[in-house]
Amino acid sequence: MKALLGIALRSLLNRRLTVGLTIVGLTVSVALLLGVEQARKSAREGFAQTISGTDLIVGARSGPVQLLLYSVFHIGNATNQVSWESYREIANSDIVAWTVPIALGDSHRGFRVMGTSDALFEHYRYARTRELAFARGEAFEGVFDAVLGADVAARLGYDTGREIVLSHGVASTSFLDHADKPFTVTGVLERTGTPLDRSVLVSLEGIEAIHVDWQQGRAPAPGERISADAALAMDLQPTAITAFLVGLKSRVATFRLQRAINDYPDEPLTAILPGVALSQLWSVIGTVERVLLAISACVVLAGLIGMVTTLLTSLSERRREMAILRAVGARPWHIFMLFMLEATAIGTAAAVLGSALVFGGFWLGADVIGRQTGIHLQIVPPGATEAAIVGLVIAASALAGAIPAWRAYRTSLADGLAIRL
Amino acid sequence: MPETGSADTAAVTLRDVRFTWPRASGPVLDIASFSVPRGERVFLCGPSGSGKSTLLGVIGGVLQPGQGEVRVLGTDIGRLSPAARDHFRADQVGLVFQQFNLLPYLGVVDNVLLATRFSARRAAAVGHDAAAAAHACLGALGLEDARLLQAPVTDLSVGQQQRVAVARALLGAPGLVIADEPTSALDADARSAFMDLLFRECARTGATLLFVSHDRALAQGFDRVVELPELNRAAVPA
Repeated sequence: MKALLGIALRSLLNRRLTVGLTIVGLTVSVALLLGVEQARKSAREGFAQTISGTDLIVGARSGPVQLLLYSVFHIGNATNQVSWESYREIANSDIVAWTVPIALGDSHRGFRVMGTSDALFEHYRYARTRELAFARGEAFEGVFDAVLGADVAARLGYDTGREIVLSHGVASTSFLDHADKPFTVTGVLERTGTPLDRSVLVSLEGIEAIHVDWQQGRAPAPGERISADAALAMDLQPTAITAFLVGLKSRVATFRLQRAINDYPDEPLTAILPGVALSQLWSVIGTVERVLLAISACVVLAGLIGMVTTLLTSLSERRREMAILRAVGARPWHIFMLFMLEATAIGTAAAVLGSALVFGGFWLGADVIGRQTGIHLQIVPPGATEAAIVGLVIAASALAGAIPAWRAYRTSLADGLAIRL
Repeated sequence: MPETGSADTAAVTLRDVRFTWPRASGPVLDIASFSVPRGERVFLCGPSGSGKSTLLGVIGGVLQPGQGEVRVLGTDIGRLSPAARDHFRADQVGLVFQQFNLLPYLGVVDNVLLATRFSARRAAAVGHDAAAAAHACLGALGLEDARLLQAPVTDLSVGQQQRVAVARALLGAPGLVIADEPTSALDADARSAFMDLLFRECARTGATLLFVSHDRALAQGFDRVVELPELNRAAVPA
């Protein structure tokens, strides 16, 4: 067996071009399969780490997944708002420990602006237990103060003291600037791996101030403008927010409050449990993931077929090799094993290279992907699934190798010692 | 292994051997009696179609005759299982083909050592330093240049390749060496040098030599010349 393995490896090395290309093809397919799995896992991990310790998320009536996506992940937009009265009433409830308001709808150079309160820095948790921390500066205090997420500061090269102008709407190229009311950066957050990294945080009053002279989403006409100083003197209590996070004094009350909010008499609201909404999200995405996995599995199959083709094609030119081996006493079974070993060696090489490609690639690429897309991939260490995939690929390549191996077995039985070409 | 006293003295004994290919109408091999004593050098002369390859396949233990008795070095190999016959061939038979005897992806020494890869007996016979034994065997055949031994076998001349094949056939002292037209790809000078070496090394190791060729000019130096068409009653006249 050891002798056969040596012969198999030397034989493969001798055909390094065709074998090498076969391995490359199979490697790409294995990398694709592992990559899809890794992307799936790390995306889940990234999502799951974004929100911790929040019992309920409340927004205008909508689907749970939609509410989760726009409020926490800044994906998509809210269809409606929550009135300030409703928010205060729920926030003042006995069983509520804290709330974090969220007001979205503006942006700065493609980054979303989130109006919120000090409660965010106090109560928001990510990656299970971690709190927000400042890399530089401090939380906003004044109406026109802003705190930057780590990516915003890094990408735009901003630091504390810098003046920024917010734009109306969330499109990356907005023509409606709130140029008359610039904000000053007071702090930059440490990187969190959550959408906050790509957010500009301001107070709710700040959001209110820049819209104080707007009429139902329409920019003010020249005569209607209210200056920043004038705005400061006004009552800046917002009339509505986009959504808010709720922390309860006791988790036991979660479902009771959720029901109460969903049946809220004054306006249609939706309260969701982040974990439940996440699992709903996964069940929606799960179909796509399965399709992707199936496609990648098909690509692996194609790679294996390519390998079988290569080995089968080599059969006719290797009849002499088989006759020589038979002459020195190899049994047809040895010939069978020789081809099996070659197929398994190709499969193993592809599985190892594919794994290295994926995990190396993720390790190197996670940061770039995070910057480009805002989706922070958490590198999940390979586990049972990856081991199963690698094992299956090797087993499948051995199994596929049985086809040329069987042909070689038959040929070597029929040819015997006769060297035919 | 079944052995008998009378067969002990013979390297090869064939009795009433018939071989028919599957789906063929008649036998290609039909030999009443053929015997080669141990240590003898026999020149088996036959044109193509005389059943040469089939006879070598039968003696080499790759083909199983439908009837008759085939004894090689005292063993009735016709009665052995295919696996046991492969094992027997690995242990006791060295084969040299017309040309292209070597695996192109193995070096010279590794090609010679192939003889011990599938045979525990021959591996044991060369001892623990198999490479040294292979070098000695190659050296006896005039292949001792280190550069030559390091070169890919495809870079060797045909004559050198054939000598490597002989070294492999003789390594570990098998009882029987079968050479099938081993000189047909060699020029005249190389041919006679090759024959001299083959005789000398067979004599040194005590191996019986069964040499098959259609070229009677090579018959010189053999103990006996056997015309295959006369031996094989099923031979198709060329």
